[in-house]
Formats: sequence, structure tokens, C-alpha cells
Amino acid sequence: MAIGLDDDALTRARFDTLQARIRKAPENFLDAGMILEVGRGRRDVLRGAFVAALAALGGSARAVAEEAKPAGEDAILKLPPWSTSLGRPVAATPYGMPSKYETAMLRRQSPGLTQVAASSVSFMPLQGMFGIITPSGLHFERHHQGWQEIDPSQHRLMVHGSSDEFVRKAKVYTLDDLMRIPSVSRMHFIECGANTGMEWGNVAVPTVQYTHGMLSCSEFTGVPLRTLLEDCGVDLKKAKFVLAEGADGSSMTRTIPIELVTSGEAIVAYGQNGEMLRPENGYPLRLVVPGVQGVSWVKWLRRIKVGDQPWATKDEAVHYMDLMPDGQHRQYTSIQECKSVITSPSGGQTLLDKGSYNVTGLAWSGRGKISRVDVSFDGGVNWVGAQLQTPVLPKCLTRFNVGWIWDGGPALLQSRAMDETGFVQPGYRQLRDVRGVRSIYHNNAIQSWKVSESGEVGNVQIL
Amino acid sequence: MSRFFKSLALALLLGASMPAAFALDDFAAVGRPATPAEIKAWDIDVGPDFAGLPQGSGSVEQGQAVFEEKCAVCHGSFGESNKVFSPLVGGVEKGDLVTGHVAALLRKDFPARTTFMKVATVSTLFDYIRRAMPWNAPKSLNNDQVYAVLAYLLNLSDIVTDDFVLNDRTIRDVQKIMPNRNGMTYEHSMWPSPVFSGKPVKPDTANTACMSKCKAAPELVSSLPDYALSSHGNLAEQNRSFGEVRGRKTAESAPVAEKPTPLKIAETAGCLGCHAINAKGVGPAYAEVAAKYKGENASARLVAKIRGGGAGVWGDVAMPAQEDIKDADLQAVVAWVLAGAAEK
Ligand code: HEC
Ligand code: HEC
Repeated sequence: MAIGLDDDALTRARFDTLQARIRKAPENFLDAGMILEVGRGRRDVLRGAFVAALAALGGSARAVAEEAKPAGEDAILKLPPWSTSLGRPVAATPYGMPSKYETAMLRRQSPGLTQVAASSVSFMPLQGMFGIITPSGLHFERHHQGWQEIDPSQHRLMVHGSSDEFVRKAKVYTLDDLMRIPSVSRMHFIECGANTGMEWGNVAVPTVQYTHGMLSCSEFTGVPLRTLLEDCGVDLKKAKFVLAEGADGSSMTRTIPIELVTSGEAIVAYGQNGEMLRPENGYPLRLVVPGVQGVSWVKWLRRIKVGDQPWATKDEAVHYMDLMPDGQHRQYTSIQECKSVITSPSGGQTLLDKGSYNVTGLAWSGRGKISRVDVSFDGGVNWVGAQLQTPVLPKCLTRFNVGWIWDGGPALLQSRAMDETGFVQPGYRQLRDVRGVRSIYHNNAIQSWKVSESGEVGNVQIL
Repeated sequence: MSRFFKSLALALLLGASMPAAFALDDFAAVGRPATPAEIKAWDIDVGPDFAGLPQGSGSVEQGQAVFEEKCAVCHGSFGESNKVFSPLVGGVEKGDLVTGHVAALLRKDFPARTTFMKVATVSTLFDYIRRAMPWNAPKSLNNDQVYAVLAYLLNLSDIVTDDFVLNDRTIRDVQKIMPNRNGMTYEHSMWPSPVFSGKPVKPDTANTACMSKCKAAPELVSSLPDYALSSHGNLAEQNRSFGEVRGRKTAESAPVAEKPTPLKIAETAGCLGCHAINAKGVGPAYAEVAAKYKGENASARLVAKIRGGGAGVWGDVAMPAQEDIKDADLQAVVAWVLAGAAEK
């Protein structure tokens, strides 16, 4: 026998240990009645249970001795250190961090895209994200003049008009002020107008992080801009445009459509995913303009001005204009049209083996809710409907899933989204027919991933 | 009159609502009026109709001096550099001033798109330079300097002559000859209302949700060349090592880094964006710094200066506070600078 004690002796030893524990147990663990019963000689009941348990233990111990190699995995048969040791205490990391094994999911730059890192982009790792919310620390970044750490107690928001006609009482708000006003929390996607911009003419980058990673989605909390404008005595009949301006070095300015202000959708936000905005995303205040490209979501928001003329600011009169084949630039293109992408399996990945896979991805539209997503495995000849995961919200990312059995042969994966206006995401041919290949902005074409027999997935374009 | 009715009458007199009906959109106590001086301080935008344009003036010649001193380091002496950003100047022809369309935008052999090829409104440039340039010291120019430097850029683009003086009146004449002033179109559906287009415009693509036999066969027109697969590092490290897929190994893992040289540290910390070793950049050349402090024990003072930033020793341009570099790294860099900043 593998264990040196006879069953009885062992049982007694175990039982004594149990007794010791029982004695220490707080009253609310063993109630008074149970303690009494144990004291009155119900020990034999417990002993009986232990004898049975130990018989089983003895049995398996014998088996270990007899059979050198048990059938099974070490991950199960050998207890790992985390099952046999005391874990770390609470608040060991007062602001929790991802597991040390999660080193792959990071924001990354695309080499060669820009010349200096303070006017550049970092892309969100779409290839490994779940659901629809972007963890705040992975939210994509686009700065034109670096990012700043603003002292919230020194931050001010000014609201005024091009003249008194538009806003009767120009006002200044502190965060103390803004946080006293009843707030709203809404989930919305934000996409840079230049997302997928590198791929207008041909495939240029290897993975979904770089093709589509200027995209994020958060729950934003703040005050509807309309509420503030009304507080300042706005004349919404005269107002046609709003200027939003940041407090950073670039003092980023953009002309905001009044329609999204009067609808109550535009929010002066301080919250992001339950905490304050991250500095890279505009701490302590940013504008949220649902459905509109990210550059309009002015970060470090310091000023709102109401008028009846657009401002033709640098980032709507030199950049963020879409060059058409006739040499004209479309100016004030703002809405992000319906788009989708399969995030897994996707470019730069390898399938493990033949068999079943969950093909998953994201769909979104600046015009409202996603109404359906179809997925093709043969490069757009035939399509199947994907399952939309709830919640399905307006101007928010929608997660879709569809099961797929990979038979080991080549496949061409695509997704195609439709929004509640009935608009269907275009293919590359349709998009290039009207917009050519030099637009830079607003590429919402259907993305294709090629699965080869080796299981490797690559970025391709299909007409 | 009872007290209740007195206060009710008062409330009615003041137009206030009953306590139980506190309107949630009445934030009387929240925020305060903006003073005229405050509005003036921040209200710096200039619109295409020149609303908000301040008085002032500057000549091409004055502008050249400002540009050489404050802009050329990043944009090149003629606004032609693409080292830091795309070129400001180039690609504009004389004929464009007449048509208001930049012809080079149609040329397949001319991929560059400079600022002056695109911008339709000269107000945009005035507004932007005043609020955001120089990039490392935004809002440091006075209005005359903004006029001058813009006059210089207009001159480089052959829009104004060498003896031109730009001011709040002549800028309106410049607008009439801006090379791409007619280059904008509003025929699109990507603004939520027809305020620009004048009439509702439908989206410009009209795909359908066809479900089967949608085309004869997929036509593969582009795929990633092999060399581009590794252009973004090792994709194996950009995917989890568990789950339904793995990342493809496209490069060797970064070797465990040797101790970086001070030069490498300075590069990583962004110092070399402003400092070169032997040439003046935004900041002094490191060789100059070494020469200046030769024989002195300047190390601690320089470490503090770099941490806190500051101007005045080498000119008016300030070094921003360098907060991110680690203490040990900063000390190593300063020691290396003072030792002559060897480029090995
Ligand atoms: C330290 C480098 C640096 C200096 C010095 C600098 N710039 Fe810039 N400039 C930039 C960068 C970077 C951008 C692009 C910023 C962005 O991404 O929005 C830019 C953008 C511009 C633009 C807009 C170009 C476009 O197409 O969007 C103009 C005009 C300009 N600069 C003029 C000036 C003038 C005039 C000065 C001097 C008074 C100056 N710059 C000094 C780096 C610099
Ligand atoms: C944005 C531009 C910029 C960056 C980035 C920058 N510097 Fe400077 N640096 C300057 C300027 C401008 C000066 C001149 C300041 C003056 O005249 O007092 C300067 C001065 C210096 C001096 C001489 C100081 C003196 O008082 O004589 C040293 C040494 C120096 N920098 C080192 C560094 C190091 C090390 C880094 C990186 C950690 C760095 N700089 C990053 C712009 C910069």
C-alpha cells in the first residue's frame, strides 16, 4: 500500500484536523444545531464519510504506484502552482492590468505611414477583440500635434455665437458645472475617415489591425450639446453650423452639422467606459458626434461656437477631403457609411486545423442600426446570413458570428453589411467606379481574406 | 395674504415654476457668463468670408525671414520638404490661378498633393498657421508674422509677387486667384442635410444583398506581396498564442536588446527630432552644447533643464519639458552629449 498508515489511523488524523477546523469555525458557518450534533456523537457519521472518501483515495494511489503513466493530460493530472498555492491579495494592482500573457493585443503604428509620431496613428488590435466595446487602453489614436495631459480643474468650456443672434448668453463651464447637469451614456463607434485609406488602390498592409484598426467603440457619458446650447439661449432656427475647438496645441477645429446637435445625439463627453476619458482620447472633455468621422469628435474640447457659415478649417479644407477622379475634392464628407469586416479569421493568421470555426466580425453604419450582415466563403458568389449579436444599437459597432466548417480547401471570406436605411456596403468595383482610387478617405469596401490550403490567411482584393 | 400665496405670487411674478416642477433643463446655477475679454482671447477662428480676420500686415520679405527662422527646419526653406510632413508648396501652375482648378490633380504622373494644390480658401491657411504653427510652439506668432509668413508661402507658390504685402484687405484679392478655389464639390450624401448640396443627394453606391450566384467567379485583383507580409513585424506576436487561430511567423522575434547606446536612447526618447549632432535643428547641435560647457560641471543643471524644459540659452525657442525619459537614461544621454556626442 502506498500510504504508510492504516485506514483507521489516517481517518482519525483527518478527523482531528476537521475537528480543529470545526472548533474555529465562526457561528454563522456551522449553525448552533450542527455544532451541538457533532458534539453529541454524530462524529461517526462524519467518520463514515471519510472512510469512504479515503478508500477511494487509497485506490487511486495504488493505481499511481502500479501504472507509471496514467492516461490523461498533465494539465489535469498534475496540479499547477496556481491550484496549490495562495494567490495574491486584493488591490495588489490598484488599477488592474491585463494578464501578463496578453502581450499580443497592443496598439501599433503602421511603419512608413507618417513621418513623425506626434502627427500619426496607432491602430486598435481588432484581430483579438471580443464583443463591441474597445478597452479604453486600446482605443485607436490619431493626433495631429501630440496628446496632452490637461489638469481638469484648469479646463474650461466656452459656448458662444458668431454673434448674439445665434447665442444670447455666452457662457463658460467648468467640469464642476458640467457634471451637475443630468447626463446620458451612449455606446457609439468612432472611425477615422482615413480608416482603410491605405487600400484604395491595392492591398497594402497585412492584418485587420492595419486595414481597419482606426476604429473603436465605447460607452460615452456626458451632456447633450443641445442642452448646453439651450442653456446659453441658442436660436436653433438661425443656427446652421457649430464649430468645435480643442485646447491642445493644434486647437483642432471642425464644422459640426447642426442636425446632430438638434437631434440630441452630439454629446459633450467626459466619461468613457465607466471612467474618465483617457488623455489620448481627449481627457477631460471631448465631443461625441455619432456616425461622423473621428476628426469631428474634437478632443480636449474647449470651445463651441454657433453660426450660419461653415469654417473651412484646415482639417476640412486641406485634409479630410475626398479626391474624385475628375480632380474635384468632395468637401465636408462626414458620415461614415455602412461597413463591416471579418476580424477572425483574418489576414496574417493561420487556422489550426480542419473543422469548425466561428467566423466573427464587426459591422457599423453612420446612418443608424445594422439590419443584417451576410458572409461569403467563395469570394462573393454565394452568401449566408450571419447572426447579429445583441445589442444592436444605432451608430454603434455590431458583432456578427457565423459557424463554418473548413474542409481544408482554399476559401475567400467576405462580409457585407446592410443598415436600417437599406444601404448595402459596396464592393471595390462599385466604389472605384464612382470614386476612383485616390480618395484616401471613406473606403467602406467589402474586405476579402484568402484562406489557403496551408490554413494561412492573407489580405486580398476581389472584384 | 397667506405666506404660501405670497410666495406663489412672487414665483409667478418672476416667471419661476412651482417647486415640484423644477424643469431639468434650467441650469441657472451652472456655468457663468463669458466675459468679452475671455471670448476675445479664444475666438481666433477665421472663416472663408474672413469673419474674424484680425488687422495686420506682412511682406513677402519679412515672411521669408520668419519662415527661415521658425518653419524651415521642418518644412524646408521653400516649403518643399517631406521629411516631417507632406510639402506645403509645389504642383501649382500659372494657369490654375485663372481656372481655379489645379491641373496637376488630374495628372497620373504627379502623385504628390501639396497644401496649395488642395486648399480652396486662403482663410484656412491664415487661421491654421495662427493657431497651430510652428508645430512645436503653436500660437507664438503675432498677427503680422502670420500675414508675413503666409505672404511668403503665397509667393513660393507664384500666387503673389516678390514685393507683395499681405494684409486684411489684400487677402481678399488673393482669394480671387487661389489656384484650387473652384476645386470643391458638395455633390455627396455624407453630410446629414442638403445645406451644402442644395438638394438631397443619394449615396453614390447602390449594392444589393444578392444571396446566391451573384457573379460567375470571384476576380482576385490584388494580394499582399511577400515582402509586405513582414513589413509590420512578426505577426505571430500580434496574435494570441491560444484560441482558434495563430499569427503567422513573418519575422524573427526581436532579439533580446543589448544595452542601448546613448545615441539610441536619444533617438527613442525623441531628442533627435529637434537636435542633430553637428547641425542646428529646432534646438542646438549636441556638438555645440558640448563645446559650450567644456570644462564645466554642467551635467546636473542640464538634466534639470531638459526635465523641466525652457528657453533663452540658445534662442527664443523653448525646449518642451522632457517628462518621459527615465532618470538613468537622461543622465546617460547628458554625459554622452557633454563628452562630445560621439556618433558611433
Ligand atoms: C517642428 C516641426 C514644424 C515646424 C517648426 C513648423 N511646422 Fe508646420 N507642420 C508641421 C507638421 C508635423 C504639420 C502637420 C500637422 C498635422 O498633422 O496636422 C505641419 C503643418 C503645417 C501646415 C498645414 C499643411 C497641410 O497641408 O496641412 C502649414 C501651412 C504649416 N505647417 C506652416 C508652418 C509655418 C508657417 C511654420 C513656421 C511659422 C511652421 N509650419 C513650422 C511641422 C512643423
Ligand atoms: C521639441 C524640440 C526639442 C526636443 C524634443 C528636445 N529638445 Fe533639447 N532643446 C530644444 C531647444 C529649442 C533648446 C534650446 C533651449 C534654450 O535656448 O535654452 C534645447 C536645448 C537642449 C540642451 C542645452 C540646454 C542648455 O541650457 O544649454 C540640451 C543638453 C538638450 N536640449 C538635450 C535634449 C535631450 C537629451 C532631449 C531628449 C530627451 C531633448 N533635448 C529634446 C529643443 C528640443
